[in-house]
Amino acid sequence: MEQQITCINCPVGCRMTVTVEDGKVTNVTGNTCKRGVAYAEQECVAPQRMVTAVITVADRKTPVSVKTRTPIPKVKIFECMKQLANTEVKAPVHMGDVVCANVCGTGVDVIATKTVE
Amino acid sequence: MNLSPELRSQVMYVDVLIVGAGPAGMAAAIAAREAGVDNLLVLEREQNMGGILRQCIHNGFGLHRFKEELTGPEYAQRDIDKVKELGIEVRTGTTVLSIDEDRFVTAISRDKGVQMFEAGAIILAMGCRERPRGALATPGTRCAGVYSAGTAQKFVNLEGYMPGKRCVILGSGDIGLIMARRMTLQGAKVLACVELMPYSSGLNRNIVQCLQDYDIPLYLSHTVIDIEGKERLSGVTVAQVDANRQPIPGTEKHFDCDTLLLSVGLIPENELTEMAHVEMSALTAGAIVDDSLQTSKEGIFACGNVLHVHDLVDFVSAESFKAGKAAAEYVQGKKRVGKYVNLKDGNGVRGVVPQKLLVPEGEAETVQIMFRPAGVYKNATVRVMDGDREVARLKKLIFTPGEMAELNLKPEVIKGLSGGDVTIQIEQ
Ligand SMILES: Cc1cc2nc3c(=O)[nH]c(=O)nc-3n(C[C@H](O)[C@H](O)[C@H](O)COP(=O)(O)OP(=O)(O)OC[C@H]3O[C@@H](n4cnc5c(N)ncnc54)[C@H](O)[C@@H]3O)c2cc1C
Ligand code: SF4
Repeated sequence: MEQQITCINCPVGCRMTVTVEDGKVTNVTGNTCKRGVAYAEQECVAPQRMVTAVITVADRKTPVSVKTRTPIPKVKIFECMKQLANTEVKAPVHMGDVVCANVCGTGVDVIATKTVE
Repeated sequence: MNLSPELRSQVMYVDVLIVGAGPAGMAAAIAAREAGVDNLLVLEREQNMGGILRQCIHNGFGLHRFKEELTGPEYAQRDIDKVKELGIEVRTGTTVLSIDEDRFVTAISRDKGVQMFEAGAIILAMGCRERPRGALATPGTRCAGVYSAGTAQKFVNLEGYMPGKRCVILGSGDIGLIMARRMTLQGAKVLACVELMPYSSGLNRNIVQCLQDYDIPLYLSHTVIDIEGKERLSGVTVAQVDANRQPIPGTEKHFDCDTLLLSVGLIPENELTEMAHVEMSALTAGAIVDDSLQTSKEGIFACGNVLHVHDLVDFVSAESFKAGKAAAEYVQGKKRVGKYVNLKDGNGVRGVVPQKLLVPEGEAETVQIMFRPAGVYKNATVRVMDGDREVARLKKLIFTPGEMAELNLKPEVIKGLSGGDVTIQIEQ
């Protein structure tokens, strides 16, 4: 199967055509340097994204910002957001605290990115 | 300043006074303290330090400086911790009202009222703000539901409040793109991102991860030609534009939406700079500075987004460390002696910073110059010309207006300058 993607590693933004067979990248064209190939191998087989969001803090008017500690599979983004929308934490929350462990079974924790005393 | 003896007794003297505690102000404060300035004061209008980073909850900050990807609040926290560790005095909730060329400063806060300062040196680090709707020629009714992207970012990320459910974004700069994704993730439908220019000024990474990931269409060479709605926005009309940026009849598209976010550029916040009669650049909308970040007024320095709009906070911090160190040296009486040369924009180059460069009598140090390419140039070379002699060059696969270009002038290059104007130009 052929896929068209844009390499995001530098401002050149090469438009690449990537051939994927049996879950493996077999051919990449359109890239200018080898970073494009590495990107295609990740992006066309197992794309991942960091997710950042805000979640409610009980009895507080303002929310706390959070992130997944590491990227999660792209297909899990909305499921992750849904779980976070239903998550509430209690103050105090400190930067780095786990607010939601193993989000959507990805094995990745969601942690606070700011401190609410 | 002519003051009565009674008022004069209320004036507080500070060696280095810093306006703004965003990443620029914090880095400048840290560098000044580390260079030995004890009597140092930072004034910040908001209740918290951190500046605009507080609302930038996405990740992608700090790759250059910390070699890891942080979110905005995490990046800011590292500097906040350092400022506290160094015991630097920061007065939050304190707005600077005026600055004059003799470095007399007035400020106001709820708890302390009006405060007056005399400063040995001042560092301006007020950041920038978004171009408001008034600065644009967007037609149509003045209904609710039209916000700047940064205001929407503040609502959603700091206050936890969604500005709308169906949204169109005008402008494809990074803030607009980031907000397209944020609105989508928080449950809104983003119908389109509309860009007047034939290219986006946003990073490729943001185009892919903020628009393409969520199938949000990007309309290049398009603009909003009509805004409808009585009390609340009910729809917008978008049309393609020709080479002169005029709407082309027959290309109109209509979107039913309750929210329009404008992401149409940033302007440095320079009211105070102008009050001090600092010489300004029309190209950067910031002060004209030398390589130590000193403005045309002795002892007044500027750094960060108030000087010129940066893409990456990492570069804001690097520039501001330099300003903090230079201000410290100024109050410590270390004079810089030498001859100034002017750095000028040549073909394809807009807004070189610094605009002046000291060729010192003693040893020179490497100086970094920054500018924005005026258009997209592929396989191009930046040439630094001393008259018609090339003194430095930089070749790159691509230069785009969306990415600030930077280039280092080595000490031997600086020492070898003739003294005439130096021009920076791009050749394809
Ligand atoms: C809406 C928005 C979104 C952005 N998103 C990104 C992004 O996603 N990624 C990125 O790398 N960069 C982003 N930027 C750019 C970012 O602003 C800079 O990288 C960086 O924050 C600039 O730092 P600064 O300290 O110069 O300005 P700021 O962070 O703006 O800080 C200036 C500080 O000065 C204070 N101040 C201003 N006037 C006064 C006064 N008269 N008295 C006292 N205090 C005053 C302000 O309250 C503020 O705290 C964004 C900018 C804006 C405006
Ligand atoms: S393939 Fe290489 S040159 Fe092309 S966008 Fe990716 S990193 Fe840049």
